[in-house]
Amino acid sequence: MPYINSWCRIRNHRIAVNDQTVWTAEETDLAAFLSGAYRHFDIGYPKFYKMDRLSQLGFLAAELLLKDRFDKEKYPAEALGLVLANAHSSLDTDARYQQTLAGIPSPALFVYTLPNIVIGEICIRHQFKGEQAFFIFETFDIPFLNDYIDQVLESGAAQAVLGGWVDVLQEDYDVCLYLVEHQPQPGSIIHNQQNIRDIYGSLDTGS
Amino acid sequence: MEALIQDLKVKIIEQLNLQDLSPADIGDDQPLFVEGLGLDSIDALELIVMLQQHYGIKIASPEEGPKIFHSVRSIADYITAHQKVA
Repeated sequence: MPYINSWCRIRNHRIAVNDQTVWTAEETDLAAFLSGAYRHFDIGYPKFYKMDRLSQLGFLAAELLLKDRFDKEKYPAEALGLVLANAHSSLDTDARYQQTLAGIPSPALFVYTLPNIVIGEICIRHQFKGEQAFFIFETFDIPFLNDYIDQVLESGAAQAVLGGWVDVLQEDYDVCLYLVEHQPQPGSIIHNQQNIRDIYGSLDTGS
Repeated sequence: MEALIQDLKVKIIEQLNLQDLSPADIGDDQPLFVEGLGLDSIDALELIVMLQQHYGIKIASPEEGPKIFHSVRSIADYITAHQKVA
C-alpha cells in the first residue's frame, strides 16, 4: 500500500508543507510572492528567475518536499517518477509569448510554452529520471491521478512518485504536490482519494 | 566605451533575469558562457535579441557568436564597430 510521505500546498499567498504554514506573503502579486519565497527558503538556484511561473510554482513545491526531507539516494534515479496535472496547461506563458510576437519573440519565453517543462525543471534539479507524465483536466481529477500513481508504483515503473496539481493563470495559482512511496515515514498518510482531497482542501479557508 | 560596458551589464541582467547579480558582479572581460557566468544556449539567443532590440544590430553570421559574446567587452567592441559603420 503506497503512502503519501509529505505534501505541499501553495495557494492564496500561502505555502504549507504537511499542513504547516511555512511562508505567507499577503498583499503581493504572484511574481513578488514567488521571488519572496525563493529568498525566504534560501534556494540558491539562479535559474529559478528564468523559469516561467508554472515552473517556478512546481519547482518551489518540489524543493520544499525533496530538499532535506527526501533521501533520494534510497532509489536509483530511474525509479523516481513525476506525474503532474493542471487545467490551464501553459496558457499563462503562451499568452505572454504571444505578446512578444508583435516585436522580437523571446526565445526564453518560447521554451516554456509547454506544460511539461515544469517536470523537466524538477528532474534537472533533483535528478529524477523515471516515469513522467503531465495531464490536462478541467479540474483536479483526484480519482484518475490516484489510480495512475498507484499503477506506476505497482507496475514497478517507479518506486517513488512526486505527483499532483500545478496550475496557474495570471494571478490565480493552485499547487498541491505530494510524494508517494511504498514505505511510510512518521506522519505519513495512506495514498488514497480521500486523503488527497483532504490535502487539496486544506487551504480552502485561506484568504 | 566604459559607459557602454556599464549599460550592457544592466541590460544583460535585465534581459536574462539574472536577479542574483548586480552590474559590479560581472567583470568586463569575464567569460559569459560555461566557466564564467554560466549562460546557456537560450541566453545566447536572448543576447542576440537584446542587440537587435536595444542597439539595432543584427548578427549576420551565426559563426561570429562565440567571438562576439565572449565577454561584455567583446559585445561592446562589436556594437561600437557596427554603430560606427552605420
